[in-house]
Amino acid sequence: MTHRRERTLAAVGLARVEGEGALHVRVSGDQVEDVRLDIYEPPRFFEAFLRGRSYREPPDITSRVCGICPVAYQTSAFLAVEAACGVQVDGPIAQLRRLLYCGEWIASHALHIYLLHAPDFLGYPGAIEMARDHRAIVERGLRLRRAGNAIMETIGGRAVHPVNIQVGGFYSAPTRSGLSGLTGILRAAMEDALETVRWVAGFEFPELTLEHEMLALSQPGSYPIERGTIVTSGGLAFTAAEFEDHVIEEQVPHSTALHARLSGHPGTYLTGPLARYTLNARWLSPAAAAAAAAAGLGESCRNPFRSIVVRAVEVVCAIEEAISIIEAYEPPAAASVPVPPRAGTGHGVSEAPRGVLYQRYDFDSAGTILGARIVPPTSQNQAAIERDLRLFIQPRLELDDDELTRQCEQAIRNYDPCISCATHFLTLRMDRA
Amino acid sequence: MHLLRDSFPDTADGPRVSGAGRTVIIGVGNDFRGDDGAGPAVLARLAGLVPPGVDLVASDGEPANLLEAWDGASLAIVVDAVQAGSAPAGALHRVEITSLGAASGAELVGESAGLSGSHQLGLGSAIGLAQVLGRLPARLIVHGIQGGDFTLGAGLSNPVAGAIDDLLTAVIADLQC
Repeated sequence: MTHRRERTLAAVGLARVEGEGALHVRVSGDQVEDVRLDIYEPPRFFEAFLRGRSYREPPDITSRVCGICPVAYQTSAFLAVEAACGVQVDGPIAQLRRLLYCGEWIASHALHIYLLHAPDFLGYPGAIEMARDHRAIVERGLRLRRAGNAIMETIGGRAVHPVNIQVGGFYSAPTRSGLSGLTGILRAAMEDALETVRWVAGFEFPELTLEHEMLALSQPGSYPIERGTIVTSGGLAFTAAEFEDHVIEEQVPHSTALHARLSGHPGTYLTGPLARYTLNARWLSPAAAAAAAAAGLGESCRNPFRSIVVRAVEVVCAIEEAISIIEAYEPPAAASVPVPPRAGTGHGVSEAPRGVLYQRYDFDSAGTILGARIVPPTSQNQAAIERDLRLFIQPRLELDDDELTRQCEQAIRNYDPCISCATHFLTLRMDRA
Repeated sequence: MHLLRDSFPDTADGPRVSGAGRTVIIGVGNDFRGDDGAGPAVLARLAGLVPPGVDLVASDGEPANLLEAWDGASLAIVVDAVQAGSAPAGALHRVEITSLGAASGAELVGESAGLSGSHQLGLGSAIGLAQVLGRLPARLIVHGIQGGDFTLGAGLSNPVAGAIDDLLTAVIADLQC
């Protein structure tokens, strides 16, 4: 029965999301009329800030966009610069880059799984309350995060805004013995990671199947992390240089962020762990593939609540990859390769923990940046998150206000939105009219 | 280097107080976000001024990173930009939390110092989590400086830049007692 009333259900900060933004849900009678995720502040500032700077600066500058995934920003940046300059970096430097990125995946995923997402499934308001009852579990999560940070410290100089990364490679490359100290940490972390998969696989997951197009990188022969071409579940395949031909960003009224959609595709698309897994499960490392099978993940995963399982599997994959790279490592002859400037445009993509991160730079012949474009994963997922929330809320309107609000927050956290990449402040506001 | 230390204990009988360990000064913030750069600015000024053995650590304020940064410390000093009520920009706040009187440490920081805008899961959460896990330093001193402008790309506002010297003096004084 439809009845009209003016009422604000809740206006609360959306906790346990990196950064802050605003979600507005409007319900009329028994119908969800509108769901809007307001994103105020995409990294347009950085695009403007980069203009006029040197071609060597994007890795350092863009790493400041996000404290959680600086390596993702650095990687897409130097790939774009090197592409513009006609340089491809292979060999040990490329392997070190993948190793560094594995560190970020481990640290970022461990943070999200243990401190941000798991409390939702276990019925705690946050990690502190969960830690009171499950201290050993939270400590396991912190150990895992520390293992990821140890990689970033060893390769990147430090875990927050790594300072050893430059266009063309690194300022200094570790010796074999310099890396070997990580092996013991990572072998111990592997046990924690496998236990993490078993733990999260036992959670209860609400039924929800998404029909979005999936978009992820592809690195045939390995799970996509630090580079690749782009593929979609609908069969599209294109390079970083073709990204803006296929991904259209449009202004929407309620947000200063741009909504992304695939050209010629009417629906929404999703990037991130679900898409990576669905499009690349066959390339998981052996231990990760076994863990995924034991956890009940099939060939694809389209339930966003199960993204926590995918993240846990990806932690296993990243650790196994890291150990493999370290064991095979031979230091490069030089820590970086020369990258002379030239006029042109370059594009870079990599798989940030939250999904595909794209950057483009235009340079003049001296290497001065004429234009920059940054498309973070959370901006790409914004339309999909809104659509999913609409589907999620509709059958749950009978829940009381607090519980519905709580479940909405959980549903948003499924996407691990790094809103500090794309925005500043988030409050959740539900209006029933 | 603290990241490579031994792992957490599996069990503990209560809050573990780090022993006669190191001293660490942690500068929290992003120097690309206006007054949020106060922590990094103080850290940069401290280089060369602090005695040997005092670690200087840059942090984004994320709780797990903060726990790692002060792991094994007998004295940890955190410097962060804050927004606390209607205090004027540049105002200095100092909160000391000891393991004995730490029951309300998270609330203490939350109420008297506040959290800067971009650290939703920040210092208060870190202290709360450290209490539960028994991972508070023996002494934790939080120096907050009231921020006025957190605009991306802006430098420190004049009131905050003008208060950095006083903040530096206050931090160094805490090293000597």
